[in-house]
This record gives sequence, C-alpha cells and structure tokens, in this order.
Amino acid sequence: MTTTESFADDATTSPNTPIVLLEDVGKSYGNIQALRGVSLSVRQGEITCVLGDNGAGKSTLIKIIAGLHDYTSGRMSVNGEERHFGSPRESLDSGIATVYQDLALAPLMSVWRNFFLGNELTKGPFRQLDAAKMKRIAQEELTKMGISIPDLEQPVGKLSGGQRQCVAIARAIHFGAKVLILDEPTAALGVNQSGVVLKYVVKARDAGIGVIFITHNPHHAYLVGNHFVVLKLGRVALDTHRSDITLEELTTEMAGGSELEALSHELREINPEVVVDDVRKGQEGT
Amino acid sequence: MASTITSPASADDRVSARSLGARLLSRPEIGSLVGAAVILVFFLIAAPPFRDINNTGTILYQAALIGVMAVPVSLLMIGGEFDLSAGVAVTTSGLTAGLFAYQFSVNVWVGMVVALAFSLAIGAFNGWLLMRTGLPSFLVTLGTFFILQGLNIAVTRLASGAVASNSISDMDGFGAAKSIFASEFKIGGVTTKIIVVWWIVFVAIAAWVLLKTQIGNWIFAVGGDAAAARAVGVPVKKVKIGLFMVVGFFAWFTGMQLLFNSNGVVQSGEGVGKEFLYIIAAVVGGCLLTGGYGSVVGGAVGALIFGMVQLGVVYAGWNPDWFKAFLGAMLLLATIVNLVVKNRAEAR
Repeated sequence: MTTTESFADDATTSPNTPIVLLEDVGKSYGNIQALRGVSLSVRQGEITCVLGDNGAGKSTLIKIIAGLHDYTSGRMSVNGEERHFGSPRESLDSGIATVYQDLALAPLMSVWRNFFLGNELTKGPFRQLDAAKMKRIAQEELTKMGISIPDLEQPVGKLSGGQRQCVAIARAIHFGAKVLILDEPTAALGVNQSGVVLKYVVKARDAGIGVIFITHNPHHAYLVGNHFVVLKLGRVALDTHRSDITLEELTTEMAGGSELEALSHELREINPEVVVDDVRKGQEGT
Repeated sequence: MASTITSPASADDRVSARSLGARLLSRPEIGSLVGAAVILVFFLIAAPPFRDINNTGTILYQAALIGVMAVPVSLLMIGGEFDLSAGVAVTTSGLTAGLFAYQFSVNVWVGMVVALAFSLAIGAFNGWLLMRTGLPSFLVTLGTFFILQGLNIAVTRLASGAVASNSISDMDGFGAAKSIFASEFKIGGVTTKIIVVWWIVFVAIAAWVLLKTQIGNWIFAVGGDAAAARAVGVPVKKVKIGLFMVVGFFAWFTGMQLLFNSNGVVQSGEGVGKEFLYIIAAVVGGCLLTGGYGSVVGGAVGALIFGMVQLGVVYAGWNPDWFKAFLGAMLLLATIVNLVVKNRAEAR
C-alpha cells in the first residue's frame, strides 16, 4: 500500500475553488426521482470519487454534468456560473470531458481518427485532414502517458480494454479538459490493466485536472481518491475527505453500512436449525 | 517532419509494422476489385463481343447508370443507414422536372430547379423523420418508397392523362440540358455517354470527402457508433440528414439523365427495384450494411461488376433471364469474400 499513499498525499490539501459545484441537485423522470438533493464539488488537481451500487444514481449524475440530461431541481455551477447544458457539446466547451464506460470510441475506426474525432485538424484551402500531424500528435500524447500503440492505423476495436480506456483519457486531456469524468474505468478490466488506468488517472490529476472518478470498487477509489461521495438510492449517503475515513470504513459504507448490519441481524434471528427441522418434519410427513 | 518520427523506445515489441500487402488487403474495396478482375477475365474468355473495344463504352454506360446513385448510397450505408426510396426518387425527380416545365410552360431549367428542390426536400424529410422517430431506416424509407411510387403514377396520370410525362424535347433549354446530362461523345474510338465522366468525377470527389475531410470522419463515426460520435461532439443528426439529402441530390442528377436521355419523356412506373441494385453495388464494394466501414470506390467497382455482368450475359449469347440469378449469386459471393478478406487482414 506504499504506492497508494504516494498517489494521493500531495494533493490532499488543495483549497482552491471548485470548478464544478453541484448544490442540492435533483433529477426526476416523470414520477421517478433518480437523484435527490445531491451536492458535490470538483476542484482542480483533486480526484473526487463517486461510489454507489447499481441504481444508486451514478449514471444520472454523470449525464447531468456531461450535458446528456438536464437537472430538474437545485443548481449546478461551472467556474462559478450557473449552467444548464443542452448538449454534450456545451459541456465539452466548458472544459468538461467524459470518458464513458463504453468509451465513446468507434470500434472500426483507426486509433488516430478516433483520437481526433470531433476535433479534426485540417489544412489548406479545402480544409483537408492533416493526417500526418494528427498521427504524430496522437503518438506523442499516448507515449507521454506511457502507452505504446505502434500502429495508429489499426482499428480501436483491436486494442485491449485498458488501452482503449487510456486512449479515451489521453484524448480528453489533450483537448484541454479541466474536468474529467471517468465512468467506471476499471469495471471491466483485470488487475494489471486496472493498475495502468489508475496510474493514468493520477497523472491526469497531477496535470491539474479535476477528476470525477465513478466506481463501485472502494479499493480502486481509495487508491487514488482525495474525496469520497457515496450515493444510495439517489441520495448522498456519505460525503467525506480522505483524511476522515479509512479504507475499511469506506468499504463498509459502500457494502451497505448500516443496512448490512440490519440484514445480518435479521438473518441471525431466523434460526437455521429450526428451518432444517421444519423441512425434515415436512419430508417425514409425506 | 512526420517522417522522422520513429516508434517510441517503449514500443511493444510484440507488434511489428504491417506490411504494405497486409495494409492493402485491409482496404474495404479489395474484395470487389478481385471480384471485378475475375469477372472481367471470365467474360473476356466466355463472350467474344466483350473483347471488342467499342463495347467498352456501353459497359461503362450501364455501370454508370447504377454507379452514380451507388456513390451516395455507399456514403449513406457507411453512415449507418440505407434508403429504399432511392430508386423511385430518381423517377420522381425526372417526372417533377418534366411535368412542371410542360404544365406551366416554363423553361426546362426552371422545372429542373423545382425538381432539385423537391428531391432535396424528400431526402431531408427521410432524414428528419428517421432522427425524429428513431425508427429504423428500413421502415421509414419503405414508407417513402411506397408514397413516391404511388405519387409518381397518380400525379402523372392527373397531369398528363397518361402513364408517362409529356415530352419536353421541343421546349426552351432542352438542348443545353441534354448536352450536360445525356450527350454522347467519342474518346479514342470508343463512343460513350457523358454520365460516365460525371460518374468518375463524383466518385473522385466523394472518395476524397470520405477519407480526407472532417465530414468524412464524421460519416464513419455516426455509422460506427452514433452514441460515441455524439458524445465527442459530432452533430449526428445533421450528418445523417445531410447524407439523405446527398442521396436526394444524386437522385435528381440521375433523374435528369433519365429525362434527357429519353427525349424528355419519363415513364412513371420506372425505378422500382433499382434501390436494391444501388445497395448491392455498395455491399459488393465492401460497405458494411451495419455502417461504419466501407468505401465509395468499392461502390463504384460494385456498379462496374453490375455493368459487366449485365452485358456479359448478353454478349455471351445466354438468355438474359439468368442475369438476376447471376447477380444474386454475385452478391452472396462478394459478401463472403469481403468477410474472409477482412478477417484475414485483421488477423495479420
């Protein structure tokens, strides 16, 4: 765990103002309230981990910040200004880049075309694509972050899951993201690949980017996070700084915390012996 | 400057640079090129008139009739959609220009402009409805296909009292328009039609746009993964509606060819079934029906195969009844060849 500390300690105290600030934000789809009274702040050079079980409202939260959905109550401010995003483009233009679980990469397109998708470089009077320059920059950016993909012409679908994550993150950083939202970047990855991605997340933070790291793995979160927010049924169940919580506490909180205790209590009340006896009696009866 | 960049020191040594051959094989149109070569050799042997250089012009003309529409249909397919109304939309455009000019006694060019506006509107409507409803393009364009097929006959009969549009061959502007859309010319002893030249020009422009411009990159992206494209800021709806309008433009162009090639008369029942020929050309040329992969040049080669087979069957002295069966077999063969070539190229 020595590497854990070195990942996180230098940024634990960064008192700068939040780039993205959510105050009491809620979102309802018809009569279903997916998110209720969520407050969250993202600061430069900090990793804010958002944890929660399936259906806790993590995706809804990301979609609001990324501009895919608008919120229905509360207030979201970006750089101190209240904002309602109408499209992902508006969110991007405010410096917020999202790396989705499905990565937003077109699998049949080459690495360099994906890297510059939506931000293509052109040259000349006919605005022709500057392929050579784009390939060179993509290669440089990927190498800088320690990923080597020798053939940038190969389709993205041919890369490994970790490589694809890194391409997507490198792309977001290159295009000037100030806030990076990572949606479960390690969910589908093995131990080694997860390590590569986590190191990469720390590099992004060290570059001064505010990171929102969505995960349901408290171990991965605790390795890199400065701040932890646990969502439960659309509400904030825990909001704490790294110095105020241990990995064990975070894991317990994540695993259900008080509910888990209640459940184990409930299970203990049902005497397994009695159940077995009942079954036996039933069998004898037939 | 870029040429001096070597792979970084930390490069993964398990991956070697791909050879030129492998890279060539990974092009989408390679399967159709091989197929075209095989068919060319086959008919050169089996059909003696095929060897006659004078017939080359006729073969190219047949290919161009399908090939011009195969250009936008390929682009649209790479963009993840297809258009079943493309065949009758050509007829609609020809009829619109002919009937409008005749009924209102205006210059032929006025009718042509009206037809262009109408064709673009049909494309925009297809694209808009598709984006608005989120229905598959099969259903939306199947609907437009039947609407246009019905309108073609019904409106023509209302206006002209017959199943064909009135001849506009003696009206102002006909000669000039015919020289642009349907004139004949001779090059090196080979007589052919001007549409062959237009076809080559269109293929060149569309191939350049697809591979070398931002719009082209977006077309691949919206077809490959529309959600991913939207997430990085590509205007997915605009690109798709734009592609349907490009189909509209080419339907107009082909409609004008139809109008001026047949002395200013268009049969209202024309065009049904042509949409499948365009789609076959695109698929034979290596375009993936599900989008995100393909080439305009491939679509052109697909159209060339169509032209060669259609006339090859005739030149070989076979009953032309066999042509459709041959075409269907070609389609299956081409899709299998494409699949095998693609898998092999990716495995290297």
